[in-house]
Amino acid sequence: MVQKIGYLRETPSQTAGPYVHIGLAPNFCEIGGVYDADLGISLINDRTLGERITVKGRIFDGAGAAVKDAVVEIWQADSAGLYNSPSEMRGTADPNFVGWGRCPTSAEDGVFRFETVKPGRVPYKHGRWMAPHITLWIVARGINIGLHTRMYFPDEAEANAEDPLLARIEHRDRVATLIASQDGSIYTFDVHLQGDKETVFLDI
Amino acid sequence: MSDKTNSKPEIGAFFARDRAWHPPAFAPGYKTSILRSPQRALLSLDGTISEITGPVFGHSILGELDNDLIHNFAKPGESAIGERIIVHGRVLDERGRPVPGVLLEFWQANAGGRYRHKKETYLAAIDPNFGGCGRAITDEDGHYAFRTVRPGAYPWPNGVNDWRPAHIHFSVFGHGFAQRLITQMYFEGDPMIWKCPIVGTISDKAAIEQLIAPLDWGNTIPMDARAYKFDIVLRGRRSTLFENRLEGN
Repeated sequence: MVQKIGYLRETPSQTAGPYVHIGLAPNFCEIGGVYDADLGISLINDRTLGERITVKGRIFDGAGAAVKDAVVEIWQADSAGLYNSPSEMRGTADPNFVGWGRCPTSAEDGVFRFETVKPGRVPYKHGRWMAPHITLWIVARGINIGLHTRMYFPDEAEANAEDPLLARIEHRDRVATLIASQDGSIYTFDVHLQGDKETVFLDI
Repeated sequence: MSDKTNSKPEIGAFFARDRAWHPPAFAPGYKTSILRSPQRALLSLDGTISEITGPVFGHSILGELDNDLIHNFAKPGESAIGERIIVHGRVLDERGRPVPGVLLEFWQANAGGRYRHKKETYLAAIDPNFGGCGRAITDEDGHYAFRTVRPGAYPWPNGVNDWRPAHIHFSVFGHGFAQRLITQMYFEGDPMIWKCPIVGTISDKAAIEQLIAPLDWGNTIPMDARAYKFDIVLRGRRSTLFENRLEGN
């Protein structure tokens, strides 16, 4: 017999269900008075450094219908490429930018929307750098384990071309599923859960 | 953090997820998963700084009643109706280390199985003194606790006669965004657990059992509330002794 390795098993995931808003965004679903405001509704304030941008989009199911009961969370570096996290060892991030946001998709049209700043570049390994990106995490009824993906910027073609994650996508026509479309400072990132336009999701 | 094992920020990448232990995306017994499951393989990559890091929330976000669902929506002097329980436990990682300072959010139906949500139409009554949401932050030992009423089972339009077991939804942040987890806690001895298509998305019985909170008689408060203990395990992370350091470290 060998020694027992002694690791625990990760708690298994379950769907967030259709009433996820009760827990993650109670004011959004008209449960007032418990929390002052829903967590993650605002990423920036007047003093936040960097270029203001809007990130919006919708999530589509395999039949092309917008998912109207999802919750999207984003996590990103500040404009200098630093994360506001105790595990960030390279410096101190902008104290006026938490870098995390949460938005339920609209019950009317399925749109999620974040007012944020454009993130700076962050390092990969072996002296390589990643292109500016925003990490997304999506939960909803019918999604058994939260889906991770990334949004990249169409105006960063040079950085995108050397990004280690984008470089790993074997079918090159799928790289486009991770790149937002741009209209001035508004970036639109639609997520397709299934089918011909399926977004690249990550096991990371 | 006074816990020495956690006094230094950890920057290792996380253990890979065992996706055979978790439910698969496509689990047709749970009908909504059919059109909401990716069909292509996930793109696998060792965690980068974007997943190793994650948001941390201070205790300052918490109100006094945030972990008391019996009272946090109730009128003054009143309380929610139902079986009074305490749910508590620890958040650990796969190495068995406590995960201090992490936010947990929980939500649930009332004692009759009715959610306070405008899309919910079940004919069981709303409790005017029950909202159904709460949150807590783990202490230095990774411990959390909240007070609530035991939720009822409720029917849902999946199969003709499908009912969810009594359950409490949990959302957990770790120290890295890759640890982000949403799950559901079930109650020891509930026969509904083994009939449920959502529970049944998990194929390994041992994994299902990890979601069932035992009655904790030792922590039950006489003449007040019974206790259930629910420990949560998040992904472990590698030591960084021999890793290539991130640029700028």
